[in-house]
Parts: sequence; structure tokens; C-alpha cells
Amino acid sequence: MEKLTKRAAPIDRSPMTLKERIYLPALLKGMSITVGHIFKKKATVQYPEETRPFSPVFRGLHVLNRDAEGRENCTACGLCAVACPAEAITMEAAERKANEKHLYREEKYAARYEINMLRCIFCGACEEACPKDAIYLSETVMPANFTRESFIYKKQDMLIPHPKKDQKA
Amino acid sequence: MRLCTFASWRVKYNALRENYIKMSDNIKVTIDNITIEVPAGTSILEAARKVGGEVAPPTMCYYSHLKGSGGKCRTCLVEVSKGSEKDPRPMPKLVASCRTGVMDGMEVKSMTSEKVLDARKGVTEFLLLNHPLDCPVCDQAGECHLQDLGYDHGWESTRTEFERRTFEPEDIGPNIQLHMNRCIMCFRCVFAAEQLTDYREHGILDRGEHARISTCISKSLDHDFIGNVIDVCPVGALTDKTFRFKQRVWFTKPVDAHCSCTKCKGEVRLWMRGDEVYRVTARKDEWGEVAIASDGKPGWICNECRFEKKKVSDWVIEGPSNISRHSVISQGHYNKTVHEPQIELLAEVIGKEPIMKMDIHDVSDVNKPNVHLNQIQGPAHSEDFK
Repeated sequence: MEKLTKRAAPIDRSPMTLKERIYLPALLKGMSITVGHIFKKKATVQYPEETRPFSPVFRGLHVLNRDAEGRENCTACGLCAVACPAEAITMEAAERKANEKHLYREEKYAARYEINMLRCIFCGACEEACPKDAIYLSETVMPANFTRESFIYKKQDMLIPHPKKDQKA
Repeated sequence: MRLCTFASWRVKYNALRENYIKMSDNIKVTIDNITIEVPAGTSILEAARKVGGEVAPPTMCYYSHLKGSGGKCRTCLVEVSKGSEKDPRPMPKLVASCRTGVMDGMEVKSMTSEKVLDARKGVTEFLLLNHPLDCPVCDQAGECHLQDLGYDHGWESTRTEFERRTFEPEDIGPNIQLHMNRCIMCFRCVFAAEQLTDYREHGILDRGEHARISTCISKSLDHDFIGNVIDVCPVGALTDKTFRFKQRVWFTKPVDAHCSCTKCKGEVRLWMRGDEVYRVTARKDEWGEVAIASDGKPGWICNECRFEKKKVSDWVIEGPSNISRHSVISQGHYNKTVHEPQIELLAEVIGKEPIMKMDIHDVSDVNKPNVHLNQIQGPAHSEDFK
């Protein structure tokens, strides 16, 4: 029968020679490869003490932006949610009251804003869709966790620190 | 014998009569190289709508069910390259198609004319001069005619350096929200209030740049059928206060429904999310106008149907509405797919029922089963989320 590929090599089944029977040359050849790797550059890094250099366009955990006066930028327009291919973003909007003008930039704001990080694929479509510069993907790698519940990120988990109130920022 | 002659005479008479009607009433008009026959007295716009598709010019102020509307926004400009069979000279300027009647043998260029497209671009720029572009906040976004117009004919950015005109917010009642900044002065709501309700409370006050929709003075719009001004408004200047900020239009699912209403026909479109009715509007046709109801009249709906019946039990649901595939509202909706009975394939493969590790409602604060945003009268506020 004709072979499907030309890559198949026939196995040599002739009896082993003396050099092959004492195994030592093959053993030394193998050990030389092993010892050689000790002196090569390591493939691993000591994460989390060390991190790899990230690409400047790396997309990590989301942050919700505030303006210079600390008001939330997000106006719950829903464009991030409609752009999201994984349907990870959900929100509920509310109307700003007269005494809340220092909290929210527009007359409508996101009363609830959640990202299901189990669904998120970190594509950055939400960042691109946002007309208000409200959502950004930071350079923080998504932290691992043991419970599913901890992957539902709420608005307070993502908002950046207040520029005036939170001095540690 | 006599009966037979009578019958043949009748057939002859009918044929002659039909021929006569055809000859006298129907005239030929060519729009974008497509020739159709329309009755005399039709406007170019109506004839173009008969052709359909992209040939029909966009309209912002003309509304076929409102008498006297049209002629204000100039978005429906067309070029008449041949006046008529008798007088084949072209019209010297672009004409507003909603206000110009067709003539026999008229040739019209709508989307095939460079001049027309350029003019529409200019008109769009003028309409957007004072428009606040707060689409992320506006409830009309997603079904806004000015958005469509800007998308089809607008510039990508603004060239004006002047401040946009702004107005003090005005309260015009518990059900209708007025955003005067967004208004493009189409006068549709004035005609709607004049022709549908028993008394018109609002109108255009002042003139020029100061012209505004207002009541005289500080009245509330609560006559029956006044809710239809929301449907006729091409932008987000008049919106439904009971729907304000509750949901984005494209996250709700449009469903056709009816109820037995004594005041109106009761044929409406519900905008639902799950089992919650967020908004009730009239049904719209392909031109964004209120569709003709089953009794052959425009399907305006009354205030009670629009603002008060926010429960599924108030309605008999007919089925999902037909929404243009190109609209953002149709995203995620698959109308004409066949629903096979679902097979629990996973359970069959692994030999047991899959275990639900997390119910999203236990964790998420959004869309809680016990919180009904659609039952709140006005927009939600911070205390509604505590």
C-alpha cells in the first residue's frame, strides 16, 4: 500500500552493537543535555515577586474612572454591555438627585455596575465602546480565587480611588 | 337573453370605468430610475416611500398621519431633473419632497444625486448645531431618527466653535419628560396635540434661536392621547417619564400585544425585559411612524395604555415584534429561528444532572428578582437601590 506521507521512517530492528549494549555513551549524551540546561536562561519567573515584562497594550482588570473632581464618569449608557462579546457586563441606572452632583458627572449614573469576571475575556471592547472615558482595562492581572462569588466585580471593586478623599492614591 | 346583454354591458362598462380611472388619476413618476404609478396629488416623498428602501428620503418633521406636518427640517430634499411630460425643464433648486406634488412624467433623483446627498449633509450639520449629543444619557438612543440621519449623512465631527443653545429644564407633567435642549423644532408634537387631544396645552413660544416648546404657563400635559407626542418626537426631546433611565432601549425586547381598551384600539408594542413590562409604545412601521391598526386608522394609543398598564397580566401578548435587522434593538434577538425541544445533552453525556455551583442572583445586585424597577413611577433614584 502506498504510504500517506513520506515522513515515516522504518525502525532498525537489527541486534544492538557493543557500544549500544553498554548504554554509557547514550547515558552521557543524555546527561550532557540535562547539565547544559542548568546554565541556560530559566523559563520560569518567581511570580508574584517577579513579573514578566508586559506588553504596553496588555489588558488586565477593569477600572472605573473618575474625573478630576472625583465624580464618577460612567453614565450607564450600556454601550460597554452591548459591545461585550461575552455578555459579562450588567448595570442599572438611576437619576442623579440635586444633592448628588458632587458624586456623578452626568444626570444619569450607574447605580449598579457589575462585571462577571468568569465570563470576561479581557478583549477591551468595553474600553473602546465607552463614550465617557469611564472604563479602562488596567495592567493588573486578574487575581485568582477559590470561590466563584468573588469573581462578580461590583462598582465599588472597580472604581479608582477618589483623587481628593483617598490620599493614598 | 336580456339578462345576458345586461351582464355583457356591465363588464364592458366596468372595464371602461377602470381604464378611465387609470388614465385620469394615476400618473407616472420616475424616482432614482424606478418608474411607478401613483394617484395624482401624491407628494414626491409618498411616491418615494412606495418605491421603498433607500430611495425614500429621510424625514425629521414630516409625519404622514399628522395633517400639516412637513416642510420644516429640509432633510427630505430631492432633485427634480425633469419637471413633467409637458414641461420637461428641471426645477432650479432642490425641493422638499414632502411638500411637492408629483407631476406626470416627473423624474426625481433622491439617493442617486450628488447634490442631494451634499445638501442632506449640510442639513444634518445644521440640525446638529444645537443638539447636545448626550446620547449616552438620552432614552431615545437606539431608536432616534437624528442618530440614524447623522450616521447616514452626518460629518464625523462638529465644525462649530460656538456654544450650543441651552434652556432651563421644565416640568411638563408626571408622565412626559421635556428636554428642550434636544429639540429640533419639527412641530410634530404640536400637530399631534392639536389633532389627537381635545385641547392643546403646549406650543412653540418665542422665535428664532429662543424658540422653544413650552406650556403657557407651567401647565401639565395630561389630556388623553397626549402620550403620543412621545412617539412622534423624532429625537429625545419628549420621552416617557415612566421609562426614564430604567433600561437602554436595546436591552429590552419589543413584543406586540393588545388589550381591550375603550378609548383606543389597544394594539401596542411592549418593551419587556424578562417578565417585566418597562415601556408601552404604539407600533411603528418601517418609516418610524405609528403603524396602521387593524381598523385601518393610525394606531395611536391612549394615556392609560401607555403609562399605567405595566403588568404582563394587563396584556395579551401576540409575539415578538419585527425589528429591522440593522437596528441595534435587534441585537441578540433571533426572531425567525425554529425552537426545537431542548435536549439535556450534558446530563445525557455525564450520566447525571449537572450541579449548579452558583446562582448569579445570590451574588449580583443587578436585576434582583424582588426589585421591580418598572413599577416605580418615575426614574429610579439612589434610595431605590438601598
